[in-house]
Amino acid sequence: MPERIAGYLRGIGHQVVGGLWRLGYASRFFALTLLRSAVSFRRFHLVMRELYFAGVLSLIIIVVSGLFVGMVLGLQGYETLQKYGASDAVGTLVALSLTRELGPVVAALLFASRAGSAMTAEIGLMKATEQISAMEMMAVDPIARVVGPRFWGGLISMPLLAAIFSAVGVFGGYLIAVVMIGVDAGAFWSQMQNAVDLRQDIVNGVIKSVVFGVAVTAIALFEGYDAPPTAEGVSGATTRTVVTSSLAILGLDFVLTALMFTGV
Amino acid sequence: MPAGLIELAAFPPRPPMENLVEIKDVNFSYDVRPVLKGINLTVPRGKIVAIMGLSGCGKTTLLRLIGGTLRASSGSVEVAGRVMGELGQGDLYAMRRRMGMLFQFGALFTDMSVFDNVAFQMREHTRLPDSMIQDLVLMKLHAVGLRGAQHMMPSELSGGMARRVALARAIALDPMLIMYDEPFTGLDPISMGVISNLMRSLNDALGATSIVVTHDVQESLKLVDYVYFMADGAVVTHGTPDDIRKSDAPFVHQFVWGEMDGPLPFHYPGAAYARDLEVGPAGA
Repeated sequence: MPERIAGYLRGIGHQVVGGLWRLGYASRFFALTLLRSAVSFRRFHLVMRELYFAGVLSLIIIVVSGLFVGMVLGLQGYETLQKYGASDAVGTLVALSLTRELGPVVAALLFASRAGSAMTAEIGLMKATEQISAMEMMAVDPIARVVGPRFWGGLISMPLLAAIFSAVGVFGGYLIAVVMIGVDAGAFWSQMQNAVDLRQDIVNGVIKSVVFGVAVTAIALFEGYDAPPTAEGVSGATTRTVVTSSLAILGLDFVLTALMFTGV
Repeated sequence: MPAGLIELAAFPPRPPMENLVEIKDVNFSYDVRPVLKGINLTVPRGKIVAIMGLSGCGKTTLLRLIGGTLRASSGSVEVAGRVMGELGQGDLYAMRRRMGMLFQFGALFTDMSVFDNVAFQMREHTRLPDSMIQDLVLMKLHAVGLRGAQHMMPSELSGGMARRVALARAIALDPMLIMYDEPFTGLDPISMGVISNLMRSLNDALGATSIVVTHDVQESLKLVDYVYFMADGAVVTHGTPDDIRKSDAPFVHQFVWGEMDGPLPFHYPGAAYARDLEVGPAGA
């Protein structure tokens, strides 16, 4: 019996030490990515390429999702607000929901699924097919040449995508509330304009999306770089990217919301 | 006297050493599992040296030690008189710029064309104008017979073509040392012959030195000047290709002639056959 307990404790210890080691390795990787970012800025065309792959190619999913989320908000908001005779405030509800929460969070979740998983798979496959090793043997630092531009490309893309998501969402809400249901357009826009504060709502939303961009991109790049060089390894790393990023986004959203909107 | 000349007079260039690579008493382990045990090996300048042995015997690890991507647990790996394990990142990268490596399946950058793959190192390490890079890349591709494929993507190439492009990329900066990791794996006989001829002609034309890690015996013995034979992380024998062909060491004989049974048994060790089948006295 004591042996079983010792074995159990040893297993827990092993897991904890392994987790701490991986956390340290990830932190070192992140620090190296930042330290070796000079290449990304000196040769900005490398970042532009990643902006295209992470940002431009994510536009369709962001625009379509934003439109539907805005339309759903318009429908649900009108349904609830009309009970209290406040259906004109549907524009405010749509805009605040999107700029404060849904824009950054849903855009980041979509970004993690679409661009984050693609980054992990691409770097994991580069490792599996020895492209990363080949780069090292050619005296080219893969963190500076491969990881850095992707990190900055993802970081710049994320707030832009979140802003587009929110803008399209507001348009979706307008289509439902004003065009389909018949809420007064003047009331829709003017109430929104009065209620949405640049510093409190828009800037905080942008800050959230930047933080999510850092988290998602760093997780995706680390998982790809750390993936075992096998088909199974890359597949596992891609799954971990989506799961870990999603949890990180939701956890960070709670912390940021607490700090920004309740003064905790 | 200009300052630069004083410096040169104070540090006259050393005469080139006879051996480009010298490996002395090298041991290497992954965690606690020993991979290389007391390896001693030299690669003379201008020669093509093969390192042969079964899969997993430590050949590729040895190549990575020479390239400086791994560090020996003990002993020293010297390339051109520099101990690879003692170099900082800057010196290590400077040394690697003078090396070329052909990976097992080419390791071409899949998001770049054939031209861009070969131009990669020139763009990363030199400030040559585009027109000169264009000429140099076409010369390298011409040397491997693939100038006409410059616009193709790696996914459009056959295995043999990919290996030739990778070879053109490996010699892009005219390296002093070219390393080949299983260059013949998965190639048809014609491609194998082409790669083999290119390895010899490029080595001689560039005045380079080559190390070939392989388990393709017959093709390698036609190509190389000297062979080191490895088994279980140690060098078991070495000699010229003729010495290896004539060797009566049981393991070398089995390996060179592809014999089914020998020191390396056909059957993986296990329980007695009769016992597994539950027949005979043990199973009754």
